[in-house]
Order: sequence, then structure tokens, then C-alpha cells
Amino acid sequence: MSRSGTPASVTRGTPAAPFSKSEMMIVAAARELAGQRVCFVGVGLPNIAVNLAQRTVAPDLELVYEAGVFGARPARLPLSIGDPTIVTGATAVVSMYELFSFYLQGGLVDVGFLGAAQIDRFGNINTTVIGPYHHPTTRLPGSGGACEIAINARQVFVIMRQSARSFVEKIDFRTSPGNLGGAEQAERIRREGGWLGRGPSVVVTDVGIWHFGDDGEMRLDSLHPGARLGDVRATIGWEGQISPDLTMTPAPTDMELRLIRQELDPGGAYTS
Amino acid sequence: MHDAIADLVRDGDTVAIEGFTHLISFAAGHEIIRQRKRDLTLARLTPDLIYDQMIAGGVARKLIFSWLGNPGVGGLGAIRRRIETADPAPLEIEEYSHFGMVGRYTAGAANLPFFPIRSYFESDLPVANPLIREIASPYGDGKVFAVPPLKPDVSIVHAQRADAAGNTQVWGLLGCQKEAAFAAERVIVVVEELVDEAVIRADPNRTIIPGLIVDAVVVEPFGAHPSYVQGAYDRDNRFYLDWDAITRDEASVQAWLGEWVYGVADRASYVEKLGAERIASLKPWPAPSGVVDYGDYR
Repeated sequence: MSRSGTPASVTRGTPAAPFSKSEMMIVAAARELAGQRVCFVGVGLPNIAVNLAQRTVAPDLELVYEAGVFGARPARLPLSIGDPTIVTGATAVVSMYELFSFYLQGGLVDVGFLGAAQIDRFGNINTTVIGPYHHPTTRLPGSGGACEIAINARQVFVIMRQSARSFVEKIDFRTSPGNLGGAEQAERIRREGGWLGRGPSVVVTDVGIWHFGDDGEMRLDSLHPGARLGDVRATIGWEGQISPDLTMTPAPTDMELRLIRQELDPGGAYTS
Repeated sequence: MHDAIADLVRDGDTVAIEGFTHLISFAAGHEIIRQRKRDLTLARLTPDLIYDQMIAGGVARKLIFSWLGNPGVGGLGAIRRRIETADPAPLEIEEYSHFGMVGRYTAGAANLPFFPIRSYFESDLPVANPLIREIASPYGDGKVFAVPPLKPDVSIVHAQRADAAGNTQVWGLLGCQKEAAFAAERVIVVVEELVDEAVIRADPNRTIIPGLIVDAVVVEPFGAHPSYVQGAYDRDNRFYLDWDAITRDEASVQAWLGEWVYGVADRASYVEKLGAERIASLKPWPAPSGVVDYGDYR
């Protein structure tokens, strides 16, 4: 850690009700969407986080699904982001051409919410391969819409589990650009290229919440209850920055837990 | 279906079975496996379970795609084994992003030499795939990336309904069914229901593909299972979860193909084998649209 002197109290949370690390991560991610208007929803964990946000902190959140839906009001948590429940009751169903051209590239998306297999300190994301591209040890799904979301959404939120394998010094493949090699370079390239997006603003993990500082590097601003700074040290591949004002993430409320367990993910597909 | 695949899909063809999660013609994919087509180039944004099954069936030498996985569940084992360890044979890949693939079909359909998009900046994808190229705007206001047109030899789309001439109507997620169809040399439309021409003409806004470009109409109820048809049947998520275990092991994939593809004569037999109870469990509650009035202008 590059900074220390954190108050001991933040490392010892006593939650009101038992909850899992995944539930804490999803709840923390959903809360980050307070005040946001239009969110492009990625596959996997972002899907449950935004659906929880729509039921709690952001009832007016317009959900955009790359399958071609604007203003989805899913009645159930879609397992896939192309589920029929995102269509019924939506504001608009459009072709993927219109979705990517007019809604995303046209600049209407406030937040692109992505998952990642690997991320580096500047928020650059790999979802393509572990190992060399042509001879990967693990072939991952690839970009999907992520590389265009990273450039065209006004800002990018990331949700992912934190581990030494996922938070790495150097990602194996840059699928989607974050702050490149730092803020100065990223800002210059965005300005010269006319990008609409300003890049990543938050990474929510099962350990805590990272925001991006003026240097373009992520900084741990909040530690989840039950997590310890030692967990942070053990699960990232670089000397991570810890905020001098590190706080503890408020534990999930009973309502948030009930929505996840009874309404959104009764089968535990996202939270187990 | 047998005749459409036999007549219109040829060894070595580039084949696109499109449909983004919705309306994936598993019936056509299974018939291609049964007819033991070979050396196909398979194009699709999301290869999904159908291309995992087809690639396990040995029909393909190359895959063109933008997102490779079992949506919301996990990986596609048969494809991953071909890419990671060339087991049982190597698989050539050509990789884009979703917008890149949509742009490729659009350029193919519109007879353009390329399609420009504001993606791929500072991504390693153009390094991995040199067909993605940075170009300068001819008007001097910056750079974009170009993707080449994709013109499949055959595109296969599933739809709710068509008339005998192939005029095809879809509601729900549209994916890039229209773009893939217009880009293709030959088009096979597979529908839940064959309707009278008057039904199509009563609601022309819903027509995405005109019979003009359709070479075969196949009526195959439940032909998109385990994917879904908006309003007709739900996505069979249980099967998508089951596939996660099946696809981890080559022997279990082959056993599944033996039972559910080679072991059935056609889609009707597959549906019968699936059973009335499973099918009934996928029926949604109704949610009809309001009726619009086009007006009569005689």
C-alpha cells in the first residue's frame, strides 16, 4: 500500500444481517447509480446491479440493452441480456444498428456498466484472452459491445470480483480502453479523437469501491464491512492507492437483501 | 427444412444463423449437422449454444464473431477446446465487436466497401484482426475505424410469421436479422407460422424481410428452442444452464448430439421428444399490443 494510517474501525464492520460478499458488491454497485439517467447494461453482474438500482436508488433509470432495447422495465431478472422480459413493457425496441449508432455512438448513454476478467490500475479492461491472443490459455468471451461502450458512454462503471488474477499489473489484452497509461495521456487521446466518454469513474468489487483520481489511477475509497485492508493487498497486483479518507461501505439494508433474494435472484445465480 | 438446407447450404459456404438471443434457428443448425456439411465459415455476433453444437458437429473450419459465450451462464466448451488446444482440430477465428459485426452486415446489405464506426480506438482488437483498419475522414475531421462488408452465402433467420412468398414479420428483439438477410446471397426464413398474404399486408410496418430476397420459407414450430420467440415461448434457461455442464466435456457433447440431433429425424421429432410438459412450461402469459389504424384510402 502506498498509504497507511487507516482507522482500525473501518476494517471491522458488524453487519446487521448476514450477507454474502457478492450481495455487498451488487448493492454497492447499485447505489453508485443514484442520480444517473441512462445506463447501458453489460452482461453478468452489471445486469443484476442495474435492476436493483431501478428498484431502489434510481427508479427513473433508463436501461439500455445492446440487444436493442431502450427504457427496459424487466419484470424478472433476465438471465441473459437478450431475455424477452426486457422487451415487454419497454419504451422502445430498435435494431442493433440503431442502438449502437443513434443511442450509444450518438451520445445518449450516461453510464456504461461493464464487467471484466482483468483490469489494471488505470481501468483498462481485458475480456478477450488470458495468455497470448493466438494461443490463449483461456479464451474469454471477447468485446461484445464493451469496446464501443468504453469510448462512447459518458462514463464507465465496472463491477467485478477482485483477485490477484483479475486485478493485475499488466492486462494480457486491452479489449476496452480505460485511462490508458494515466490521466494525461488518456485526456489527450480522448480530446484528439473526439471521444464522447471520459472513461472509467468507479470499480465496485467484492472488497470495496474504487474511484479514479486526478492521475487516472483507481483509489480505494470504501471498504466493505467484513473486508480487511489485508484482503486488498492480497487481491491486487500493484501497490494500490488507499484514500486517506477511507470509509466503510454501509451494509446492505433489509430491503436491498430482500429484493436480491426474493425478486431478482431467488436461484442464487449471481450471488452464490 | 431438409430440402432447404440440402439445396441452399453448400460445403465451404459462409453461413450466418442470426438472431440476438431471440429467434435463433436451432432447427436449421441441427439440420446442417445432420446433413454433415463441412468446411463452413460460421458468422454470428454471439455464437451461443447453436454454434458450439455445430462446431462440435464438425461442420465448420472458421468462426466470425463478436462475443463468445453462453449468455449469463458461462463458456462454450466445444469452441474453446478448438481455440485453446486445437482439440480435436484448430478453428480459425475472425473477431470484431458487436457494432463492428452490425456494421459489416450493414455494409454487405448496402453494397458499401466498408462501414465506419467510432470503436476500436486504443483497443488491441485491430492488432488481433488487421481487417479492422483506421481511416481518416475525407472531410478532415478526425479518424474512424473501418470494417469490411460481410456478405454471407446463406443467411438463416427465424421469425414469428411469413406468407408463402417469404414476406417476413418479426416483433421483439430485432438483432440484425434484417441486415444479415439483405447482405446474403441466399436467404432461408424459418417461421413459427405461415400466414395469408392479407395478414402481412394488414401490418406492413412489421415486415423486416421482403419475399423478394427469400429463397426458402420453412415452417418449423418451436424451431428456435432453446432460444425463444417473443409472445410464443420463453427462453429455456434451464437448457442454457444444463449446457454449461454438457459442454465441458467432448464426450458428453457428442453424446448429446447423438441423442438430440443425429438421433431425431427432424424438428417435429425433437419437439415430441422434448415433451408436452416442457413445452407448456415455456408458454408466456399474453400481453397483446394495441391495434393501430393504417386507414383505408380508397
